[in-house]
Amino acid sequence: MAMLTVNNLHVYYGVIHALKGISFEVEKGEVIALIGANGAGKTTTLQTLTGLLSSKQGSVIFEGKDITKVPAHKIVEMGIAHVPEGRRVFSQLSVYDNLKMGAFTRKDKAEIEESLSIVYKRFPRLEERKNQRAGTLSGGEQQMLAMGRALMSRPRLIVMDEPSMGLSPIYVNEIFDIIEAVSKSGTTVLLVEQNAKKALSIADRAYVMETGKITMEGIAEDLLHNEAVRSAYLGE
Amino acid sequence: MSFLTYLKDGISLGSVYAIIALGYTMVYGIAKMLNFAHGDVIMVGAYVVLMLLTRAGVPGILAVVIAMAVCTILGITIEKVAYRPLRKASSPLAVLITAIGVSYLLQNIALLMFGADGKTFVDVIKLPSLSFGDGKLVISGTTIVTILACIIIMICLTLFVGKTKQGHAMQAVSEDKDAAQLMGVNVNGTISLTFAIGSALAAVAGVLLCSAYPIVTPYTGAMPGIKAFVAAVFGGIGSIPGAMIGGILLGVIEILSKAYISSQIADAIVFGVLIIVLLVKPSGLFGKNVQEKV
Repeated sequence: MAMLTVNNLHVYYGVIHALKGISFEVEKGEVIALIGANGAGKTTTLQTLTGLLSSKQGSVIFEGKDITKVPAHKIVEMGIAHVPEGRRVFSQLSVYDNLKMGAFTRKDKAEIEESLSIVYKRFPRLEERKNQRAGTLSGGEQQMLAMGRALMSRPRLIVMDEPSMGLSPIYVNEIFDIIEAVSKSGTTVLLVEQNAKKALSIADRAYVMETGKITMEGIAEDLLHNEAVRSAYLGE
Repeated sequence: MSFLTYLKDGISLGSVYAIIALGYTMVYGIAKMLNFAHGDVIMVGAYVVLMLLTRAGVPGILAVVIAMAVCTILGITIEKVAYRPLRKASSPLAVLITAIGVSYLLQNIALLMFGADGKTFVDVIKLPSLSFGDGKLVISGTTIVTILACIIIMICLTLFVGKTKQGHAMQAVSEDKDAAQLMGVNVNGTISLTFAIGSALAAVAGVLLCSAYPIVTPYTGAMPGIKAFVAAVFGGIGSIPGAMIGGILLGVIEILSKAYISSQIADAIVFGVLIIVLLVKPSGLFGKNVQEKV
């Protein structure tokens, strides 16, 4: 059985029908990319998975448990971490305290320290700046902090919303390298990206969304060479 | 009376304002709402202590603890029943108007139960006065306890918010409710905790206020509540040290105005100072200039 199964999900913002019955699956160990234009419903999908939005219809099954109605603050404990769009780090808290917030639901002090050293190893810049307020970091550093914070919960599935948005090309490459490394270390990744080319180049499989529906799916490599995808999302 | 005596009275009154302002400022910081019923919780605390002491003969300290518990429950209940259902309302005015409604409700319940006549508050704090310079400056036990309570509360709250896990959760909720939830923070629980702390402090403020000005009426909390709100804005709403400094400055300005200018226009001076501060520094003395980074 798939790690995550989304079945016929419908989500409304007031009268606007934002998700019109989407279904997809994420297998353990995969990197899945969700690509599509602005307003296609990618962020809505992720926010519904982690309980920030509620669905009218459909279900979300994670590791065999129905999490459709589970409130957002209980999701992280179940093994899903969400790196939100726009990073959303706690700007008034220090880098260190932000990372500690990532481990909010964990009680094992020694193991939290261990996770912290793993995160610092992956993001040496965060260790250098651990006592700085998160609000003083650059955009790329904040993205690293948001990812490090999510990893502090030791998720089995990490969902990332536009991790490369607004970053300089050097940071974009670095962020994608880190996503690959996170995946290699055994965490399943569900990635939403407007940078479709980059996303498809690291993903195993991908889904293409258009105005609240999934219009295409397949092996990432194949989609990368698909004519329709190339002209619509890769700007070629 | 000497300047020092006025200053001491100002700091003492200001300490009470500061303790009330802490409740205002924490609730604003975390729930982003102005709880105008906060002042009336003070009055409830004062009545509870008065009733326990005069009718039930409970010892003073225990009465204060019970009053804190009653106010805590009251605060949590008010939030849950009156404010929480409106948290997602389209206009923030809805919850503001409700808060004013709750304020009147509490005042009118007190009016029904205890009548409009002022009741004389009993001595809870039985400490000897300190005398300096051959009795030129006498500091009463009440004043000492008030100032000490204010300092202790300030230190405890700062440590709680800055050093504990739950305190960090509060800061996280204050900044970004959704992101806090993604960390596993229960936002409703955190807001309840904030109301609980603010209301327990209001009970303490009620006892201190009525120990210094020993008449309790259903409107006892109204004016100090407004002044504490001014103090919180003065110091920078959302800021704990701001509430503290704002409260004490406000108390000192009020007492000095009464002593040296006119007791009739003292309140006008207090509000005038607020207006000037806000004109010069709109976020208040310690207000955070939150910079959005995209």
